[in-house]
Amino acid sequence: MSVARLELRGIAKAFGDLQVLGELSIAVGKGEFVSVLGPSGSGKSTIFKLLTGALRPDTGAMLFDGAPLQPDHRPFAFMPQRDALMDWRRIIDNTTLGLEVQGIGRTAARRRVAPLFAEFGLSGFEHHYPAQLSGGMRQRAALLRTVVQDKDMLLLDEPFGALDALTRADMQRWLETMWSRHGWTTLLVTHDVREAVLLSDRIYVLSARPGRVIAEVAVPLPRPRRTGAAVAAIEAGILDLLLSAPTQRT
Amino acid sequence: MPFIRPVAGRAATAFSRLWPALLSVGGLFLLWEAYAQLSGIPPTTLPAPSRVLMQGALQHRALWDNTLPTLTATLLGFACSVSAAFALSVLIDFFRPLRRALLPVFVISQTLPMIAIAPLVVLWFGFGLAPKIMLVALVTFFPMLIALVQGYAATADEIEQLVASMGAPRWRIFLIARLPSALPFFFAGLRISITYAVVGAIFSEYAGAAKGLGIYILNAKNNFRPDLVLAAVTVSATLTLLLFGATVLIQRLSMPWLRLSGSESP
Ligand SMILES: Nc1ncnc2c1ncn2[C@@H]1O[C@H](COP(=O)(O)OP(=O)(O)O)[C@@H](O)[C@H]1O
Ligand SMILES: [Mg+2]
Repeated sequence: MSVARLELRGIAKAFGDLQVLGELSIAVGKGEFVSVLGPSGSGKSTIFKLLTGALRPDTGAMLFDGAPLQPDHRPFAFMPQRDALMDWRRIIDNTTLGLEVQGIGRTAARRRVAPLFAEFGLSGFEHHYPAQLSGGMRQRAALLRTVVQDKDMLLLDEPFGALDALTRADMQRWLETMWSRHGWTTLLVTHDVREAVLLSDRIYVLSARPGRVIAEVAVPLPRPRRTGAAVAAIEAGILDLLLSAPTQRT
Repeated sequence: MPFIRPVAGRAATAFSRLWPALLSVGGLFLLWEAYAQLSGIPPTTLPAPSRVLMQGALQHRALWDNTLPTLTATLLGFACSVSAAFALSVLIDFFRPLRRALLPVFVISQTLPMIAIAPLVVLWFGFGLAPKIMLVALVTFFPMLIALVQGYAATADEIEQLVASMGAPRWRIFLIARLPSALPFFFAGLRISITYAVVGAIFSEYAGAAKGLGIYILNAKNNFRPDLVLAAVTVSATLTLLLFGATVLIQRLSMPWLRLSGSESP
C-alpha cells in the first residue's frame, strides 16, 4: 500500500490519571471509508479532538500524506457528535459557516452551497432556522456544512447517534449513496456496529477504555449495502469480539 | 408546520395569562378606593386612587417637566452601564484571571446601601447629570455583567470545537459562537436591570437635584400632598413598565428564532 492519507501511530492520551487512549494506531487510505468502532467512553471523540487540534497527544505521531500534521493547517472537515447547528443562524448561514471562517464572502459562500441543497434533501429550507427542522434534516444540514468546506478528509463523530432507529437507517443509506458518488476520504467513529458494517470499507474495533485497536475488520461487501445475511454475519463476528474482549469492569 | 403558532391564538393566550393579574390588581384598587371614601380618613393621609389620578391629571405639566430629567438620567445611566458591562465582560472573557480579580469588587459595590451612597456621590460630583448617571449605572451594572459572563460560558462545547476546527482564531470564535450564545442571557439581564434603573434615578434625585421625579416627590411630601407623591410614583411605575416592554420588544426583533421554536430565554 502506498503512503496512507491519514496515519496515527501509537497515539496515547490521558486526562490526569484517566488513560483514555493507549497506543492507538490506525490508517486511512485516500478515498477510503474507515470506521473506528468502540463502546461509549473508549475515547472515540478524543481521537477527533486530537486530530482537530483541540487536544495534543501525550505520545505518538499523526501523519497526513506521510508528513506530521501541522497545528496551523488541518486538512479535516469535522462534524461533531451532536449536530452543533447554531440556533440563531438560518440553515443556509449554518452551512456556509466553514467558508465564512475561511474568509469567503457571504454571497460567494451562498452561491457555493445553494446547488447542494437539493442533493441533501434541504431544498426550500434554506431560510428556515434549525429549530424548524426534523432531526434527520438537521443532520443532513450539519453534513452539508461539513462537506462544503472542501477539505481533504471528513471526520464524522457518531453522526446519527441522536436519531430514532428508522431515521437513522434512512440516513445511513443516504450517506452511503452520497459517499459512493463523491468518494470522500472519511473517518467515522461510532458505537453502532451495524452502522459501521453498512458504511465502511474497513473497521477498527476499539477496546473499552483505554482504547486500543483489538481488531481490524475488512468489509468486502458490494455496495449499495442492505441489511441481510452477509451484513448480519460480520455484525455478529464484531459483537463477539467486543463482548469477549478483556475489559476492566468498574 | 406546527412550529408557528397563529397570531390570533397568541393574542388569546396572552389575554388568558393576563386576566388573573388584571383582576387582582383591579380588586386591590377598588378596595382602596372604597376604604378611602367610606372610612372618613383625610386625603392628606390616604388619598383615594381616583383623587391621585385627578390631581395627577391637573398637574400633568409639572409631572411631565419632572419626568423628562428622570428619563434622561435613566437612559443615559443605563446606556453607560450596558456599554461598560459589555466591555468588561469581553475583557473578562479573554483574560480569565480578571474575573476573579474584579468580581468581588462588583459584589461589594452591590452591597452599598443606596441611601448612604447617593448623597455622597452628589456631594462629590454636584447636582448635575453626572452623579445620577453614575448611580443608575451602579445599580444596573452588576446584573448585566453577570448575565453576559454566564452567557458566554453557556456556549455549547461542540459549537466551539467546531468553529475552532475550521481554523477560527480566539476572537472569531468569540464573535461567531460565544457572543450570539450569550444573547438570551444578555436580554434576561437587561430586563432585570431596567427595573432597577428608574428607581435608581429617582433615588439619586432625592439626594439632590434641581428637577426630576425624585425632587417632585420630595416637594409633594413636604407640602403634605400624598396624592401627588402617588401620582409621581404612578408615572415612575409606568416608565419602568414601558422600558421593560421596550426590552422585550427589542429581544423579539433581534432573536426571531426564539419565536419559531416556542422556547423562551432562560
Ligand atoms: N477534557 C477532558 N477531561 C477529562 N476527561 C475527559 C475529557 N474529555 C473526555 N474525557 C473522558 O475521556 C473518556 C473518553 O471520552 P470520549 O473520547 O468522549 O469517549 P467516546 O467519544 O468514545 O464516548 C470519557 O471517560 C470522558 O469522561
Ligand atoms: Mg463521543
